[in-house]
Amino acid sequence: MAKNTRVYSTSTCPHCIALRAYLKEKNVEFENYDVGSDREKAKEMVDKSGQMGVPVVDIEGKIIVGFDKEAISKELGLQ
Amino acid sequence: MYDLIIAGAGPAGITAGVYAARKRMNFLVISKNVGGQTLLTAGIENYTGYQFVTGPELAVKFKDHAEQFGMPLKEGETVELVEKAGDAVKVKTDRGEYESKAVIVASGRIPRKLRVRGEAEYTAKGVAYCATCDGPVFAGKDVAVIGGGNSAVQAAIQMMKISPVVHLVDAADKFRADPVSTEKVLNADNVKVYHSARVEEIYGDKFVAGMKISDKNGMHDLSVEGVFVEIGSLPASDFVNGVSRDETGQININCKCETTVEGIYAAGDVTSVPAKQIIIACGEGAKACLMAFDYLARRK
Repeated sequence: MAKNTRVYSTSTCPHCIALRAYLKEKNVEFENYDVGSDREKAKEMVDKSGQMGVPVVDIEGKIIVGFDKEAISKELGLQ
Repeated sequence: MYDLIIAGAGPAGITAGVYAARKRMNFLVISKNVGGQTLLTAGIENYTGYQFVTGPELAVKFKDHAEQFGMPLKEGETVELVEKAGDAVKVKTDRGEYESKAVIVASGRIPRKLRVRGEAEYTAKGVAYCATCDGPVFAGKDVAVIGGGNSAVQAAIQMMKISPVVHLVDAADKFRADPVSTEKVLNADNVKVYHSARVEEIYGDKFVAGMKISDKNGMHDLSVEGVFVEIGSLPASDFVNGVSRDETGQININCKCETTVEGIYAAGDVTSVPAKQIIIACGEGAKACLMAFDYLARRK
């Protein structure tokens, strides 16, 4: 069963681009929120993560700040 | 015992890895990430063969290239110590300890910090070191950019389009950025420029609420929610023991990428080689590997 995955990112941030590319490569379905243009989602990201850096990944409530490949892979059960 | 350990997987480390893999050396690349500073570069227009490529795209290309030749990579592991131990070189990381006959230090550079009160406390809570990355999150909020070089002025240009007010705080008496960029900032109505200014303190509650600076007109209390520190970078060389460094901490090397310690090589932005460019780091990485290969052949 695929885990509900949300990505909070910006269009310019290199780590965000790398993160999205990684998830696509692993065929992970995810919802992407551009917090540069969506203020509400930006606020949601700050509330959830307690910080203002991007990217942030929310995997069924588990919040991972930054493109932490290891933590993300572990949470999603990726090889 | 390994023949070679490469610390870092930016342009220099990866290129060294490609050469080592093709030589079928018994080696290892250890790095927190693949790409290094390339990951923080939005657009690259001067890497031969690519008219335009983004940093992350180039990093992926680097990795694919290295993997094609079976480069053994320990990603997500941080090297904490490199030190000569007898005839070998000891490499300590946050996960374990290794021994190698030769080491290439290719750890690049890290953003320079302001070292003022509140900076560490509010890092990622309003204080940021990559406007390209985190800038858009601060849309609609007043921010400050610290610095006066190209990266600071570029950050101010980026933010002046989405923030009501941008305070550009420069320690020097005039900008060092390219005039083309500086003119854009000076012509903007919502950028306030401070020269010969010093950041005294960053304060807030849970997140940044403001910053105190001083200049020739006295103290200013700036109400900002974001502070972008763009004051250059420092070589990531602290973890290498015993090698000679220049006054800024860069590892001194000769034209063979040799440091002052036998068996320890260095390549790329961490070294005293001038001009910090991806293409130069790649070339230096290749050279370091070939020189280490020669050294190992002589040792046998």
